Amino acid sequence: MKVLIGLEVHVQLNKLKSKMFCSTPTNYHHAPPNTVVCPICLGLPGTMPTINRRAVESAVKVALALNAEIQERTMFYRKNYFYPDLPKGFQISQYDFPVGLNGYVIIDGDEGEKKVRIKRIHMEEDPGRLVHLGRIDKAKYTLIDYNRSGMPLLEIVTEPDMNSPKEARAFISKLRSILEYLDVFEGSLEGAMRVDANVSIEGGARVEIKNISSFKGVEKALSFEITRQKNLLRRGVQPKMETRHFDEAQEITVSLRVKEEESDYRYFPEPDLPPMDLSGWAEKLKAELPELPDARRERLIAQYRISVEHAKILTGERALADYFERVASQVSPKLAAAWISDVLKGELNYRDMSITECFPPEKMVELLKLLEEDMISDKAAVMIIRKMLDEGGDPREIMEREGLKKVKEDILPGVISSVIEENEKAVNDYLSGKKEAINYLVGQVMKKLRGRADASRVYELLERRLNEIDNNRKA
Amino acid sequence: MKISEWMEIEDKEGALLRVIERAKKNEFNEFITVNEGAALSEGGLKGLPVAIKDNISTRGIETTCASRILRGYVPPYDAHVVELLKNAGASIIGKTNMDEFAMGTTSETSYFGPVRNPWDKSRVAGGSSGGSAAAVAGGVVPASLGSDTGGSVRCPASFCGIVGLKPTYGAVSRYGLIAYANSLEQIGVFANTVEDAALIFNLIKGRDKRDATSMDSESVLPLREDVGKVRIGVPKEFFGEGVDEGVEREVWNAIKLMEDLGAEYEEISMNYMKYALPAYYIIAMSEASSNLARYDGIRYGLRFENDEDFETTISRIRAEGFGKEVKRRILLGTYALSKGYYGRYYLKALKVRRLIKEEFDRALKKFDVLTTPTMPFVAPKIGEIKDPLSLYMADVNTVPVNLAGVPAISVPCGFSEGLPVGLQLIGRRFGERRLLEIAKWYEDASNIRRLG
Repeated sequence: MKVLIGLEVHVQLNKLKSKMFCSTPTNYHHAPPNTVVCPICLGLPGTMPTINRRAVESAVKVALALNAEIQERTMFYRKNYFYPDLPKGFQISQYDFPVGLNGYVIIDGDEGEKKVRIKRIHMEEDPGRLVHLGRIDKAKYTLIDYNRSGMPLLEIVTEPDMNSPKEARAFISKLRSILEYLDVFEGSLEGAMRVDANVSIEGGARVEIKNISSFKGVEKALSFEITRQKNLLRRGVQPKMETRHFDEAQEITVSLRVKEEESDYRYFPEPDLPPMDLSGWAEKLKAELPELPDARRERLIAQYRISVEHAKILTGERALADYFERVASQVSPKLAAAWISDVLKGELNYRDMSITECFPPEKMVELLKLLEEDMISDKAAVMIIRKMLDEGGDPREIMEREGLKKVKEDILPGVISSVIEENEKAVNDYLSGKKEAINYLVGQVMKKLRGRADASRVYELLERRLNEIDNNRKA
Repeated sequence: MKISEWMEIEDKEGALLRVIERAKKNEFNEFITVNEGAALSEGGLKGLPVAIKDNISTRGIETTCASRILRGYVPPYDAHVVELLKNAGASIIGKTNMDEFAMGTTSETSYFGPVRNPWDKSRVAGGSSGGSAAAVAGGVVPASLGSDTGGSVRCPASFCGIVGLKPTYGAVSRYGLIAYANSLEQIGVFANTVEDAALIFNLIKGRDKRDATSMDSESVLPLREDVGKVRIGVPKEFFGEGVDEGVEREVWNAIKLMEDLGAEYEEISMNYMKYALPAYYIIAMSEASSNLARYDGIRYGLRFENDEDFETTISRIRAEGFGKEVKRRILLGTYALSKGYYGRYYLKALKVRRLIKEEFDRALKKFDVLTTPTMPFVAPKIGEIKDPLSLYMADVNTVPVNLAGVPAISVPCGFSEGLPVGLQLIGRRFGERRLLEIAKWYEDASNIRRLG
C-alpha cells in the first residue's frame, strides 16, 4: 500500500524586526499575553495594513532558494472565515498571485536522493494563538493571545511527493536548514514552524492533519495516522475525508471535522494593499543569496576532503557548518569533521543543546591539537568535551586538573611489571592459553594510570612481556 | 457660521462652551456623542469647533458607527485626519449621527434614530453622513468631516443646502476611517462655503504611510478668482428618469448662469452609467461583508453575559448588534463573493468599474468639470421611502464618481418645494484645486441662501 504525503508548512519569518502589516516588533516569545500588539495587528476598526517590504524580500529569497519561479506581480487577498484567533474575521493571504510557484527541494529519500516538488510559496499573516485548557475537543474555555497575530508567515505547499513519515521528516529538516542558511528564520522559537499534512493511502480519501508544531511531531503524527488508516483498510473500512488534529502530548490524531465539501473562503483582493511589482527583485536578491546547504556540502567535500556522511551532518545546520569551518582552518579538517559530527553533535543532542550554545570553536581547536600532539587519548578527549559542556573550562586545564595527560612511555614498563606481579592468576590463565585474560591486565594497567595511557600501546607492551615470560618458562 | 467668523471671535473659550451647549441640545439628533471635554488649543485653527462622523476613530471618544454592535468601543488611537485637525488646533466637539456603518442614503438606519433636516425637521438630512451635514447646516459648527462611499457626503450636503466635498480616492488618508467599502470611500468635508471646505481639505489631504493607497497632491490654497475658460460637460444620463422637475430646473439654471459668466457647456452621453448602480452595490456589499466580519464581540463592543461556544456567541452578538440594512448588505455581499458567483458578480463589477473610470477620464480630458444634479430629488420626509431598492436608486448620480475615484463637490444651487437643491461638479483625479475654484466661482455668482 503506497502512502502519499503532501505538506503545508507555515514558516514564521521570525528574524524580521516587525510584523507583516504593522511596525509592532516580532520578539513576543517571552512577553506576557496580548502585550506585543497594536491597533493594526489587533484588527481594530479603522486600521489598515501596510506591507513590510523586508518580509516580501525574505519571501522572495526563500522562493529563490526553493528553486521556484518568482511571480512578477504579486498581490494580497482576503481569506474570509470566522475563528476567534482571527481578529479581523479574515486573514490577509495570497491566492492567485503568490510570490513563488513550481519549486523543488532535494532530500535524502528512502531510496536515495529525491526531488520533492513545491507547488507554491505565499505570504500571509499569522493569526493569534488559542490556548485550550486540556484536549481541544474537551476544553471548557479557550484563551486567546494576539501577540502572534500579524507575524509574517510563509506558507510552503508541496506536491504529495513523500512516501513515508521519514521522508516527510527529511523534507522538513532540509527546509529548516535552507531557511536558517537564509537567515530569515530561527527554528528553535515556539511556533516557528507549523505543519499541516495531507495523507492518503493510494486510492483512498485524503486526511488532513493540522497543528503539528515540532520536527519530531511530523514523523509521529504521520506514523500514527498511517497506522490508523491501514488498520481501517484491513477491516475493510475506507478512511473518511476529514480534518484531524494532532495531539502532541498523546501523540495521536483526533478527528476535528469531516469534510463534506471544500470550505468557501470567499477570496477577493485586499482593497487596502495595491498589487506589488516584483520584476527585478529576483535578480537583485539572487545575487544576495548566501551559499545554501547543498552547495556548501559539495564545497566542504572538495575543499576539506571529508566524507560525504560527515559533510551532510555538518551542513545540516548552518551554525554547525560555520563551527566546523572555523575549527578546520586550524587543525586537520578530517579530524575536525570526525570529532564534530560524530562526537560533539552526539553529546549536544544528548543534552538537547544546539551548536550555538556550545563552547567556542577555539576550545575545540585546542582540544584537537592535544589529540594531534598525542597528549591525550581519545577516551580522555571525550571526557574533556563532556566536562566543557557540563561545567565549562578549557581543555588543557581540564586535562591537567583531571590528570588526563598521557603518561610518558618510560614509566609504562614499571607499571606493567607490578601489574604482572600482583595478578599471578590472570598471568597464568594467559600463559595456559586463555588469551582473553590479557584484557583484564590491560584494564589493571589503565586503572593504575587512571586512563592516561594509550590502551593499544599498553596491550602491545603487555603482550610482549607475557610472551617473554612464556619463552623464559619454556626455556 | 463661516470659519473666518470663528477666527474673529475674541472670547473663543466662551464661544466654544456655547457650541458644546448647542451640540448637547442635539436639536436635529445630529450627535451620537458630544465631547464635553473639548477645550481650546493652540494652532492655526484656534480651537475651531469641528464635528466628526462617528465612523472616524477618535482616541478616547466612543466611536460607534451608529451601530449597537460597537456600543462602548473607545478607540485607543486617532484617525490620521483627526490627528491633523488636532495638530492644527481644532476642537473635536463630538461624533455625529449617521446611517449604521454608513449604509444608507437618509441617515435613518442609525441605531440612535434618524437625523433631522435643519430646513424641515420632519425631513431627512440625507445620508449617510447626515449628522455632520446637519451640524453645519444647523449652525452648530462651521465645518465637519464625513465619509463618502457612494455619495454619503454629497447627498446630505445637497439635502441640507451646504457644501460637501468628496476628494479623489487616495487624496486623504483613510487610516482610522472604519471601513464600509475600502476601494470606494473617501473622507470628505462639509462647510458652508467652498472656501471653508477647501481650507479643511487642504489640511487633511496628503500621503500617510499608514494608508498604502494615499498620495500627496498639490495645495488647493489660495483659491484663485480668475478661473479662465471653463468648459462644462453635461452628461444627459444624470438627468434621466426619476430626477424631479424642480431639481432639473435649478441645475439647468446653474449651468445657464455659468454660461452667462463665460463658460461653455456641451451635452454629452456616458454610456456605461446605467451599469454604475449594480456594479457599485456589488463591490460595496462584497467588501462590507468582509469588513464587518470582525465584529464578534470578543475584543470590544456589544457582549452578553453567559457565553456559549464561539459560534453561538458570535451569532447572537451579530444578530442583535447589527440593524436590518447592515445585515441585508452583509448577506448580499457574502453571496456575491461565494464560489461560483464571484466571477459572475464581483469580477464583472470590477470590469464595469474600469469601463466607467475610462469613460470619466475621457470626458474629463475634454471638460474641466461635469455638472449633474447631486440627488434626483430634495430631502424626503422621515420614513417616506421604505423600499430599499428605491433608496439605492437615489444614489444613481453619486456612485459613478466613487467607481471612477474622481473628486466631486455638491454646492447649493437653488430650492425646490422650499428645500435645497445640490449641484454636483465632478473634477479630474487630484484636480481638487481647479474643481474648488470653479465651485467657488459659481458659488460667488449664485449667492444661494444658507441656513447656518
